[in-house]
Amino acid sequence: MSNDSREALMVGRRSDGSVVRRPLSPHLQAYDMLQMSSLLSILHRASGVALTAGVLLLVWWLVALASGPAAFAAVQWFLGSFLGLLVLFGVTVAGWYHTLAGIRHLAWDAGYGFRIEQMYRSGRLVVIGTAVLTLLTWVLAIVAWVS
Amino acid sequence: MAEGVKRLQTPLGRVRGLGSARSGTHHWWMQRVTSIALVPLVVWFAAAAIGLAGAGYEASAAFVADPVNAVLLLLLVGVTLHHLAAGLQVVIEDYVRAEGVRLAAVWGVKAACLVLGLFAAVAILRIAV
Ligand code: HEM
Repeated sequence: MSNDSREALMVGRRSDGSVVRRPLSPHLQAYDMLQMSSLLSILHRASGVALTAGVLLLVWWLVALASGPAAFAAVQWFLGSFLGLLVLFGVTVAGWYHTLAGIRHLAWDAGYGFRIEQMYRSGRLVVIGTAVLTLLTWVLAIVAWVS
Repeated sequence: MAEGVKRLQTPLGRVRGLGSARSGTHHWWMQRVTSIALVPLVVWFAAAAIGLAGAGYEASAAFVADPVNAVLLLLLVGVTLHHLAAGLQVVIEDYVRAEGVRLAAVWGVKAACLVLGLFAAVAILRIAV
């Protein structure tokens, strides 16, 4: 035993009520990471962290725009490069996924959608919605770009 | 859900609502408030970014200079960075065990988010004002 307060998360109970030292949720060792519930959960975290890249790009874009045409040309060059487009695409996927999964989270917080079949339905909606919104965003952006 | 379950918390503890962290549910609550605020802001921003695809310097500057766009951008940046700092804090607290490293990482993230927010705000105001 250590003095770390998180040891408290290692005190589980068997179904008969007796105490056992094992991790309580959420814990990677206790989950099948390929089932929808835990996969979508970790992806919400991953997408939130990945969106940091989007924030950095936005701040760079704004500061360059405020600095003048030369600095702005540099950002636009990067955003139009292969790497830049790849990052933008990743940010689009992460952004829509995190938004939709976030709304799902807020519904749970309000007490809705906990039944197992509702959970699977909302999970599928989040995945399909992410694909649809990402596609829509890029189609519209490309149309705006070429016109 | 908890109907019929007897409360283990004392009435005073419930009124104070502070728990062992001494800050109650403020962090969690602000993460929900910023999440709700971000939904319309993110949708607006996606539409704005689509419209700006391929736009040059003049058109981009004119977009940010519009007062409505400038205010929405300031809101987006401010709320996003609050939400991001709070979110990354939770992630760090989950995975970084050593007390000193954890504190340094959380403070580092908060400082970085503050600095990024200030840069963005100054840039927006410089273009718009
Ligand atoms: C429509 C917009 C958004 C919504 C509805 C939303 C919703 C949420 C919610 C509900 C949580 C808490 C999850 C939990 O308690 O497990 C969360 C966490 C988080 N969000 Fe967002 N968010 C949005 C936008 C963003 C943006 C733009 C960023 C980054 C720049 C971001 C970064 C994060 C991070 C890093 C976390 C922590 C992840 C975790 O604890 O697992 N979010 N978000």
